[in-house]
Amino acid sequence: MPIPTPFHERTQALCSSYRWKDWSGYCAVCSFDTSHEREYFAFRETAGLLDVTPLYKYEVSGPDAAALLARMMVRDVSTLKVGRVAYTCWCDDGGKVIDDGTVARLGADHFRVTAADPTLHWLQVAGRGFDVDIEDSSTRLAALALQGPTSRAVLRAAVTGAGLDALKFFGVTRAQIGTTPVWISRTGYTGDLGYEVWCERGDALAVWDALIESGRPHGIEAAGLDALDVARIEAGFILLGVDYFSSKKVVLESRKSTPLELGFGWMVDLERGNFIGRDAIAAEKTRGSIWQLVGLEVSWEELEALYEGFNLPPSLPVTARRDALPVYNDEGLQVGQATSHTWSPILKKYLAIASVHRGYEAKGTKLQIEHTVEYERRKVTATVAPPPFFDPERKRKP
Amino acid sequence: MTGTKYDAIVVGAGHNGLVCAAYLAKAGRKVLVLERRHQVGGATTSEEIHPGFTFSCCSYVVSLLRPWIIRDLDLPRYGYEILPLEATVTPFPDGRCLVRDSDPERTRRSIARLSPRDAEVYKRFGQEMAELGRLIKPLIDDVAPDPLSRDPRELLRLGRLGKHLRGQGDEWLFANAKIMTMSAVDFLSEWFESEELIAPMAVSGIIGTFLGIRSPGTAYVLLHHYMGEIDGSFRAWGLPKGGTGAIANAMARSARDLGVEIRTEAPVAHLLMQGERASGVVLENGDEIRAKVVISGLDPHRTFLKLVGEEHLEPGLAQQVKRFKMRGSSGKVNLALDGLPRLACLPEYGPHLQGGITIAPSIDYLERAYDEAKYGAFSRKPFMDILIPSLTDPTVAPPGKHTMSIFVQYAPYHLKEGAADWPNQREAFGDAVINTLSEYMPDLKSLILHRQVLSPWDLEQIYGLTEGNIFHGELSLEQLAFLRPMAGWSRYQTPVQNLWMCASGTHPGGGIMGVPGALCARTLLGKRAV
Repeated sequence: MPIPTPFHERTQALCSSYRWKDWSGYCAVCSFDTSHEREYFAFRETAGLLDVTPLYKYEVSGPDAAALLARMMVRDVSTLKVGRVAYTCWCDDGGKVIDDGTVARLGADHFRVTAADPTLHWLQVAGRGFDVDIEDSSTRLAALALQGPTSRAVLRAAVTGAGLDALKFFGVTRAQIGTTPVWISRTGYTGDLGYEVWCERGDALAVWDALIESGRPHGIEAAGLDALDVARIEAGFILLGVDYFSSKKVVLESRKSTPLELGFGWMVDLERGNFIGRDAIAAEKTRGSIWQLVGLEVSWEELEALYEGFNLPPSLPVTARRDALPVYNDEGLQVGQATSHTWSPILKKYLAIASVHRGYEAKGTKLQIEHTVEYERRKVTATVAPPPFFDPERKRKP
Repeated sequence: MTGTKYDAIVVGAGHNGLVCAAYLAKAGRKVLVLERRHQVGGATTSEEIHPGFTFSCCSYVVSLLRPWIIRDLDLPRYGYEILPLEATVTPFPDGRCLVRDSDPERTRRSIARLSPRDAEVYKRFGQEMAELGRLIKPLIDDVAPDPLSRDPRELLRLGRLGKHLRGQGDEWLFANAKIMTMSAVDFLSEWFESEELIAPMAVSGIIGTFLGIRSPGTAYVLLHHYMGEIDGSFRAWGLPKGGTGAIANAMARSARDLGVEIRTEAPVAHLLMQGERASGVVLENGDEIRAKVVISGLDPHRTFLKLVGEEHLEPGLAQQVKRFKMRGSSGKVNLALDGLPRLACLPEYGPHLQGGITIAPSIDYLERAYDEAKYGAFSRKPFMDILIPSLTDPTVAPPGKHTMSIFVQYAPYHLKEGAADWPNQREAFGDAVINTLSEYMPDLKSLILHRQVLSPWDLEQIYGLTEGNIFHGELSLEQLAFLRPMAGWSRYQTPVQNLWMCASGTHPGGGIMGVPGALCARTLLGKRAV
């Protein structure tokens, strides 16, 4: 049975829909209202406040902290400056992805790693022989994501002791909200201007209240995971356990993914020193990958015509979906699967994240995606488009 | 005399003019758009009336902008964003209220407090209306059917349409015949018993017309509302980010990228005539610009009586134009507010404010408001459709401050004292609006930083809407489809050779829909007229 997060007292009072789900053992709000629409638009137009405490968090510190993480992560995080954050993934020896997350350099010898799955064991395994101290801070720390175009204005009103305007995209800083010490990073999972705020669990409610209070003039809304799911697909962010699976958890070798297949090739530097999975990735680079993660835009005209054929208005699921749909080529052969799909209210497009066989990943490639109407399985054209689908300038802008 | 020869000149950069120009440019034509004002958009406009506050001065929501136009012109890429309107709140004078929002169960409970029976029927009504609307949607997405035509292609089209309609069954036909002829109140009364529900629902039947909710023909306009609801699940219906002007700006950007030349502050004086044919335009500064066709984005009155000039019209035609009813009936009051006003019936802050607030507490209230207008006075207690856009879109007001858009009906263009008396009555009209609204929002007056009152006379002066009619001519049955703007001339072509029309005065009519502009371009290209 899931347990409450440190913000539960506030979120449960607002969750009039009673729509909750289990996220890593915690009760997490799907949507506060019966529909997530208002919360989604808060992410895109004002600011949405989302409890992300269930993320796994680890403090890696000590003289060898940088060396350990450089070895474990696909990306060379030892070059990170203090006050910077890096998004990365990590692999097993065979170069198959275990998980993805962020690494923040909070001090010369202090890093914070976030992960979707429990990672303490792997940190310890990888860290054998390194002079490091590894703390699982997952329960000690509470975390909030504050995402949306007005999030900076909200924080500016709430925060003292930090120059928020100087905090660059993927920067992290110590700050105070009221008298409460917090860490603020300019990171998030919505692909918009946004921040994540980290504090001791005992301070959680004070931080929540302060943000809601200073956020009121800026249209802040408590937001849930349904809204996040739409936003993250628009931003082209993949999700562990949905768009790919941890190599530590799957039975079939073919279910595993590599960084190159997931579009993480940009993280890989084969020329730097050794890191876990390097040789396998190097070999894959020569041999070529089997799969490629792509974005798909489903043809609305065809969808409308399909429904018209049934004398129905077009209809799509109201929330983002994770039921995988087969993807076919011209000849009707299945060449992949769409693992996440959603209607994008802001782009007015039906979008999907999919994995397809090599050769079908080029931008503009026309594929077919399965769509069921009246119990009949049909196909609709879906065009390959490289994610992110939605990438506003404000995300990076100073 | 300007040397360049254009394929087409569009007069007026309203949203339909921009759409028309964009489609023509997309087909490779050289198009010039001339706008009198300093900015594009016409009545699809956002302006900073008070420092820091952006008002959608005229049109304030978008309901029917067709999804295919949004896609064809790639509008989201140019800044087109639609935010949802959460709820419709109807406060009553005794402190109760009706809330209808996206949560069907909450809506049902709210209606059940007025009538448990109506609460049951409400959802089914919505479904049936959406169904009716969906089936007549082909009518608004294509040129008006021409029942007089002997052209075999036209007959084929009519046949297909007839088959499509007959295929819907007798019940559907009866329902449709009824909705075409009944009043909004009569039609709704067949479904509902609670006046307090019927009144706020009926108002969508009268918006922009000089009719009352008990006037025959008003039921049909309800359907338009429900058509917006269909695309509504995919949100064609809502609040444009940055105000409605942002839509026009997105269209203008898209048009420019397609090669359209847009000139603002370039008022057109009249058509350049070569014998009986239009051959270009003459600007007010005397410049002459030639083109193969001139497309008027102005209303029918302005097009024929000003742009062409009565002297070029046959008397019968001039008569027909003059009979096309403009008679504006509504005004706008836009407020800059120091804070969020509280509704007496629901004083707490909440999502119910992120939608429409309708002042339409009873059928008699609305009918009395109409009575005053019939005799040439603005309603002392008007119908009002209110939005607080800044709650959903913080870009339009400074943090913590708000904008309020109040659509007000009735404000007849023709006052008893004459339309020219509006400057004398404008502020009294504004006072009547604020006083009435204060009955439902007691702290409103103390929050007002700035007030903009737009009477129909102002709409005419500023935006060139003849008689202040927001739809370029009333959306009543005798002025729709093949009768819009005149029998025999519903296909964007006009009796003046090389002069075309592309705006709300043509089929399918007003509102930020874009269809007249798109269909005009399609027809022009189809006939190879340009």
